[in-house]
Amino acid sequence: MQKRYMVIWFRHLTTDWLTLHKPELKDAPFAFIAPERNRIIITAANTIAETQGIYSGMTAADAKAITNNLKVMNHLPGKEAKLLKQLGLWCIRYTPTVAVDLPDSLILDISGCAHLWGGERGYLKEVVNKIRSSGYDARAAIADTIGAAWAISHYGKTTPIVGCGEQAQALLNLPPIALRLENSVLQKQQKLGFSTIKSFIQIPRTVLRRRFGDSFLLRLAQAFGTEDEHFVPLTPPVPYTERLPCLEPIRTAKAIEVAITKLLESLCMRLQQEGKGIRKAILKCYRVDGKMVHATISTNRGSHSVSHLFKLFELQINKIEPALGIELFLLEASKVEDIDPIQEKFWVGKPGLHDTALAELLDKLAGKIGDKAIYRYLPSENYWPERAIKKTSSLTETPTTKWRNDRPRPIRLLQRPEPIEVMALLPDYPPKFFTYKGKRHIVEKADGPERIEREWWHDKGAHRDYYAIEDTEGQRYWLFRSGHYDAAPQWYLHGFFA
Amino acid sequence: MADTKRALIDSLQKNILQWEGYKPPELGERKSFGLNTIEANFPNSVFPMRAVHEIVCDNTEQATASSGFISGLLSVLMQNGGACMWISLSGNMYPVALKSFEVEPDRIIFIHLKKDKDVLWVMEEALKCAGLTAVVGELSEFDFKQSRRLQLAVEQSGVTGFILRNRSNKMVSTACAARWHVKPLASEAIDGLPGLGFPRWQVELLRVRNGKPGNWIIEWSDSGFTPIVKEQSNHQIQKAG
Repeated sequence: MQKRYMVIWFRHLTTDWLTLHKPELKDAPFAFIAPERNRIIITAANTIAETQGIYSGMTAADAKAITNNLKVMNHLPGKEAKLLKQLGLWCIRYTPTVAVDLPDSLILDISGCAHLWGGERGYLKEVVNKIRSSGYDARAAIADTIGAAWAISHYGKTTPIVGCGEQAQALLNLPPIALRLENSVLQKQQKLGFSTIKSFIQIPRTVLRRRFGDSFLLRLAQAFGTEDEHFVPLTPPVPYTERLPCLEPIRTAKAIEVAITKLLESLCMRLQQEGKGIRKAILKCYRVDGKMVHATISTNRGSHSVSHLFKLFELQINKIEPALGIELFLLEASKVEDIDPIQEKFWVGKPGLHDTALAELLDKLAGKIGDKAIYRYLPSENYWPERAIKKTSSLTETPTTKWRNDRPRPIRLLQRPEPIEVMALLPDYPPKFFTYKGKRHIVEKADGPERIEREWWHDKGAHRDYYAIEDTEGQRYWLFRSGHYDAAPQWYLHGFFA
Repeated sequence: MADTKRALIDSLQKNILQWEGYKPPELGERKSFGLNTIEANFPNSVFPMRAVHEIVCDNTEQATASSGFISGLLSVLMQNGGACMWISLSGNMYPVALKSFEVEPDRIIFIHLKKDKDVLWVMEEALKCAGLTAVVGELSEFDFKQSRRLQLAVEQSGVTGFILRNRSNKMVSTACAARWHVKPLASEAIDGLPGLGFPRWQVELLRVRNGKPGNWIIEWSDSGFTPIVKEQSNHQIQKAG
C-alpha cells in the first residue's frame, strides 16, 4: 500500500498556547526568552512580534530596541513536548498513528485514512481548520515521505499536497534547510552557494558524501523516498482495534449502547476468524471538548461473544460521561489470547470451573464488585494456619499439593485471633473454662495440644499450642495458648468447628 | 370404601404436586444425601435441588454448625465436579476444613462482600448461572420479594441455593423451599476415647413447602451424614423442641 504522510507544523506553538490561556496578550507583541551563552535570546515570538521584525534566535536586547512594548516571558522547558503530545492525542481521531516531531511538528501516517473525509484535500482542510479554530496556527502538507511533507509544510509556497511520486519535483525549488539538515552542513552549503535543492541534486553522491557526510545523504534520500524513515508513534498501535466515528456527537446512553454493539460485532467477527478471544478491552470515547473518557473490561477467559462482552460494558456505561457529545469511539482489545473452539464445545453444559457461563458470570461480578472480592483458595505447604491457604484469582489454576485433613481444622477461622480469659489447671492442660465476649464457656471435652511453631523466616514470635474444645452446650472452638506456660501466657480463640 | 378414598386422595395429592411444579425425579437424577429420614419429609421424598434453602442461625456457633451442614450437602451436590460459590459477609470461612466434609476447597469460589444488598445481587446473578452447582450466601436481612427473585432464578437454572441468615431479627415469610435451623450438639466420643467426636447437630426443618417439618439429630462421620436415633436423642429432641 502506498504510504502517505502528513506533517503539521505549529508555527507559534508556545505563544499560541499562552494567548489561549491569557487572552489579554492577544494584541500585544510578546516573546519567550532563554539564556544561552551569556546572552538572553528569543526562543519564540508571537505573530505580532514577528511582523515587527522579531524572530527567534535574536538577542532580547535587540528585540527590545526594535519594539518598546515587547513583553518577554521565560521559556518553559519541555512545554513544546507536552503541547505536541496533547495535540497528537487529539489527532488520533484522524489516524491511529501519530508521532511527535520536536520542536514544533506532528507526523501523521494517513495511509488509508483520507478517503473518510472525502480525499486528501478535504482531509487536510478538516484537520487544519479544526486546529486553527482551536487557536493554534498550523500549516500542514501531505506527501509520500515524511521528509517531503515536512519540507513542504515548512517551506512550501504552492500546493500543500504532493501527489504520489511527485515529491522530487516539489522539493527541487526549496532551500536546503527544508531537508532537516544540521547547522554545520547548512553553513557549508551557504558558503558554496547552494540556495536550492535543485542546485546540488545533480552532483554525484560520492562527492556530496565527502563534503557533507552520511547524515546529509540520508536526509536527502528520506525526503526523496529512496530510503525508509521510521518514527515512534505516540500510542503504540493495538492490533485489534475498531473505530467508529460518529456523524453527530453522541450523548445518550442508548446511542452509546448501539455504538458498543457495532464495535463489538466487527471486532468479535475478526477475533473469531483468527481463533482469539478478548481478555482485556478498553473503550475510548473521544469527546467534542477534546477530552477522552474510557471504560475498561477484563475477562477471566478469552471471549469473542458479543452478548457477553456487551454485558460487561453495559455495567460501565453509566461511568462514561458524554458531556457535550462523543464523536469517536475506539475499541481496543489490549490483551487477547488464543481460544480453542473444540475445547469450548466440550465443556459447554458441564458444570464446573471450566464452564464458559461461570467465567462469564465472574467477569460480570468483577465489573460490579471489583475483582478484589473474588477468590479461590489453593493449599499451601505451611502448618501455620493463616498461611496454609493461598489466594488465587485464576479459575484454572490447580492445586500443586494435596489439601491436608489429617489435623482438625475449624470451618471458620477468625482473621485475627481474639484474646480470651481462661482458667487452666496445669501447664499443657486444656482450660477448664474460658470467657469469650463476656460469656463463660465451661469446657467439657478437649483435644490437644497441637503445637504449631512459627516459621522464623517469615516472622518472629511465640509458638502456638492449639486445643480443640467442646463446651457444655456442644459448641466447638479452636483455642490456642501463645508461647510457653511460664510467663502468664495469653490465650486466644482462633476458630469455630462445625 | 376407605381404601379407595385413600388412593383417590393420594393420587390427588400427587397431581397437586405436579401442578405446582414438583415433578418426581427421573431415576438417574436422584441423589442421595444419606439423609433418608429427612428426605422423607420433602414432597415426593426428594431433597429439592432446584430451590433456595434458608438456614437461620442466632449466633456464630450456630452459623458455623450450619456451614458444616451445608458443606455436607455440597459434598453430594458437587460430586460430578461441579463448582460452588460461597458469598460471605464475615469472610472467615476456612477452606482447609471443607476437605474434611469431602468438598474440594479449590472448587469453591469465595466472594467477600460488606453489604446485604451486594450479596443479594451477586447471589441472584450466580443463581442464574447454570455453570454453578450451588450457591451459598450469608445474609442478615432479606424479605419476601427478594427471596421470590432468588427462587425464580433457581427455577430457570437448576442451581441449588442456600441462604445463611445470621442474627436476623425478623422472621419474615419467604419464598424459600425450606427453612432450617441447625444447632451444634455435644459430640459423642468415638469408641469411648477421650476428646472430641464427630460433629453432631440438631437439624430442625422449621418450614417446608408441601412437606412436613421435622427435627433430627445428624452426625457427620467418615461415611457422611449419619442420623442418630436413640432413646437419649429422642429425649433431647423433646427437650429442644
